[in-house]
Amino acid sequence: MLTYVVRRIALSIPVIVVASMLVFGFTQATTDPLARLRQSRDAARLIPAERHRLGLDRPLVVQYTSWAKDFVKGDWGESFISRRDVKTEIFDKLGKTIQLIIWGVLFSALVAIAVGVYSAARQYSALDYTFTGLSFVGLSMPVFWFALMSIQFLVFVPKNLFHLNQPILYSVGLHSATDHSLLDYIRHLVLPVLTLSVQLVAGWSRYERSSMLDVMSSDYIRTARAKGVRRSRVLLKHGLRNALIPLTTVMAVDIGGLFGGLIITETIFGWPGMGRLFFDALLSGDTNILLPWLMVTAVFIIGFNLLADVLYGVLDPRIRVS
Amino acid sequence: MAISDRDGLEAARAAATVGSGAQALVAEQTAERYAKSLEVDLGGGPAGPGGRDREPAARSQWQLFWRRFFKHKLAVAAGAVLILLYLLAIFAPQIAPYKLNPNLDAKTLLDARHGPSMKHWFGTDELGRDQLTRVLYAGRISLLVGLCVALVSTLLGTAVGAVAGYFGGWVDQILMRFTDLFLVVPALAVLMMAQKGLAGKPILGHRLSSTNLIILILSFLFWQTIARVVRGVFLSLKEKEFVEAARASGASSFRIITRHMLPNTVGPIAVNTTLVVGLAILTESTLSFLGFGVQPPTVSWGNMLAQSEGAVGTNLAYLVYFPGLAILVTVLAVNFLGDGMRDAFDPQSTH
Amino acid sequence: MTTDARLLPPEGRAPDSSAVLSVRDLHVSFPTDDGMVKAVDGVSYDVFENEVLGIVGESGSGKSVSSLAILGLLPKSAHITGEILYRGQDLLAMREKEKLRLRGSRLAMVFQDALAALNPVFTVGSQIAEAIEIHNPDMSDKDVRQRTIDLLDLVGIPNPSARVDSYPHEFSGGMRQRTMIAMAISNDPDVLIADEPTTALDVTIQAQVLEVIERVQDRTNSAIVLITHDLGVVAGVADRVMVMYAGRPAEIGTVDEIFYETRHPYTLGLMAALPRLDENADGMRLHRIKGQPPSLIFVPPGCPFHPRCEFARLPEPCATAIPEFRGMERPGHKAACHFAEELADKNPDDLRPVVGS
Repeated sequence: MLTYVVRRIALSIPVIVVASMLVFGFTQATTDPLARLRQSRDAARLIPAERHRLGLDRPLVVQYTSWAKDFVKGDWGESFISRRDVKTEIFDKLGKTIQLIIWGVLFSALVAIAVGVYSAARQYSALDYTFTGLSFVGLSMPVFWFALMSIQFLVFVPKNLFHLNQPILYSVGLHSATDHSLLDYIRHLVLPVLTLSVQLVAGWSRYERSSMLDVMSSDYIRTARAKGVRRSRVLLKHGLRNALIPLTTVMAVDIGGLFGGLIITETIFGWPGMGRLFFDALLSGDTNILLPWLMVTAVFIIGFNLLADVLYGVLDPRIRVS
Repeated sequence: MAISDRDGLEAARAAATVGSGAQALVAEQTAERYAKSLEVDLGGGPAGPGGRDREPAARSQWQLFWRRFFKHKLAVAAGAVLILLYLLAIFAPQIAPYKLNPNLDAKTLLDARHGPSMKHWFGTDELGRDQLTRVLYAGRISLLVGLCVALVSTLLGTAVGAVAGYFGGWVDQILMRFTDLFLVVPALAVLMMAQKGLAGKPILGHRLSSTNLIILILSFLFWQTIARVVRGVFLSLKEKEFVEAARASGASSFRIITRHMLPNTVGPIAVNTTLVVGLAILTESTLSFLGFGVQPPTVSWGNMLAQSEGAVGTNLAYLVYFPGLAILVTVLAVNFLGDGMRDAFDPQSTH
Repeated sequence: MTTDARLLPPEGRAPDSSAVLSVRDLHVSFPTDDGMVKAVDGVSYDVFENEVLGIVGESGSGKSVSSLAILGLLPKSAHITGEILYRGQDLLAMREKEKLRLRGSRLAMVFQDALAALNPVFTVGSQIAEAIEIHNPDMSDKDVRQRTIDLLDLVGIPNPSARVDSYPHEFSGGMRQRTMIAMAISNDPDVLIADEPTTALDVTIQAQVLEVIERVQDRTNSAIVLITHDLGVVAGVADRVMVMYAGRPAEIGTVDEIFYETRHPYTLGLMAALPRLDENADGMRLHRIKGQPPSLIFVPPGCPFHPRCEFARLPEPCATAIPEFRGMERPGHKAACHFAEELADKNPDDLRPVVGS
């Protein structure tokens, strides 16, 4: 088992290295740190000097290795715009994003598993069809539109309807200016978490339902019933345990993608996390932030993929042996 | 058990970039089961002699597909809705009640800021522009993007997947590692950077419109889903005897791929192409909403929502409803259709 | 009308009093998109204590479905009529709660392909323990574990106290099957149904598993129903045999009656399909029953076997009249053939073509 994990980790290293090259090349190709300068009147005179200062006149490979060395050492440079240390910026924003991810995943997992199990147990019931329909809607709906509509109907409509001073749920930022209490935090948390959960729940519940249905038609379920095990226990003990295996791996992969994938949610709700950081940096041409940002998110994606692999081995005894 | 298949995990990663890992995993399993179902549909009952490796008769498969498909009333309805939507988009200039860019005279401005009414079914914006008209015209762009991305990525993905699946070995490994690289970076971020970096710059000698640029970069994202599915089916089909028989009779690889294997891959390809239409529309609208997609003055549903974002919470909030609903209805229809197609090709999937 | 009601028990026993299980005129059908599938179309049989009843038939003959009906494991969409009497009580009329008490304790089933039939994520021991715990909730964990180990030992698993914590995929095919048997007999059932227990196994392992089944019966005196498509399996282990075709009984009798006094063309065909390994086999080909099993939605009129029967008199009566499941010379021996008596002088070799003919 341990060798399996170690081997998978070792295999990830070259992936990260290749990814770093890819990311570096891509960033070079699509961004222009000199963009601002080109617009100024002294452009023709200032640009060569600036190019040299930034090291952009060196061959690409040299630029890459120099950057890579700095990156691994932890020197990620300064933001062009805010002049703040990039590393602290990113880790600070990462912390905020992780909050959203934790709440979102917890909520989504519970709902998705419950819905999936119910739908499999009561296949073709009215509620099953409803859940299926809703998950289709969830998968077909643009997330940003859901965010806007949720603001409209959960923030403004109740506020106007009940003539409140402040809305019940907030739609901007992490907390109010003066109130840093838990309740205030929750009121700010609800809408972004709801928004990010829509897609997760839609996909996961359908998958769990499908997984449960597959599992429940297995021979070992019939054996369990032949032993005299109650239907509910067969479902929850024999069925769910097996159906969760593929779901957890899918969840791990999806979670890995969330670290760089909350751009919409954070931008609309003004949540100061990784997604918002990226958006601002891209708009303002702050290339010093973009490259480390891409690397960090890539590492998370690779890391969670690795976790998915390992989880598989942990949860399914058949895999452990190999 | 198909779900425990390790390769399915690879597919999960593929779609984790854009959709849910769950979607692609189910797509990959469909490909597997589809290849297996070809075995089941062949030959007679249990006593049928050697039916396993015979080449399936393409025509009877189609009949089977259509029969099963039409049993799914929801999918058929969804297909009808899609055809209707595309017709509305194609004939938008003829159907639209008003001009897309009306003269901003007193008459138009008088009608501005009105909610849905008999005169303006979807209301008007601050400049008095009829929203129904704008939604119709925007539909042309969004639906076009969806269709084009699906077609281009299917062509690309099928070619790569077929080669990887047929030749196997190191060709397969290299191609698959290459597609894997696409999974490692966050898709939306990369798309945004690509759009910003390429906008306005000539590609292969041409300056692309923002719409065409979006089609290009989205295709570059979606081809790998199709490539994986095609590769999966090809890997299964490669083991079948009819492929060996064809090879033994001297057919070239190209001929085998195109005449024998591809026709049997049509099912999963069709399903995934359909689903890509929906994903492409969603991604395009998201990018346009953020400002990194279709640029004004071209209207798309996404950039309509970008402009009306500020209307939330005001009495112009209705400006947000309709473009979003349009996206929802379209993609929903696409997904129902794709789901029905998947069922029709692979009736053994648990549903 | 197909079958008649009563079957006489084997010689030497009191009629009916020791029939542990009585299936009476069982009909099971499933609605499908293409029509009603008549999986079981009028079957009756008894099973007695301490005997092995073999049920033989091809896939689709209804042999498995009738057993699942006994345990109440058919899907809710199934239409079931008839009676299944266990010690006088009709299982089909029972409530689920009562059936749960019987399932796994008085009535037990062993399935084929034990790799698929055992839960891959639980240890072998915990799965057997579950069977014990459900029906003996007051038993201590220590006693349950001990009993589990004893059961594994009984079925011949080597080193049972270590193996009890293994996972199903760590066992060989034969050991898995024996685990299933251990699980099924854990509560000393009165009726043990083994559904194709040897089908997925090598011939040598088959013999071991069958031996375990016999050993188990010595210990528990249970009635055993052994379902298989393989006449060879039945020959060694069964006391009586019922042959099914297209959801209906074709023939029933003791093993000797079935093998040496065959009275149904289908049974004869099955036996002719068995390869002969003795010296008289020189020059003989294997017999194949021509054609394929019929669709259970559109069952052929009259005798369901007539399209494939070597002896069919067409069109009357074989294609028009359903043959009665009636008694032959010996009590307890029945066959459903219009011309059963004419088979008295036939034996399987008559169906085997000789090379060069």
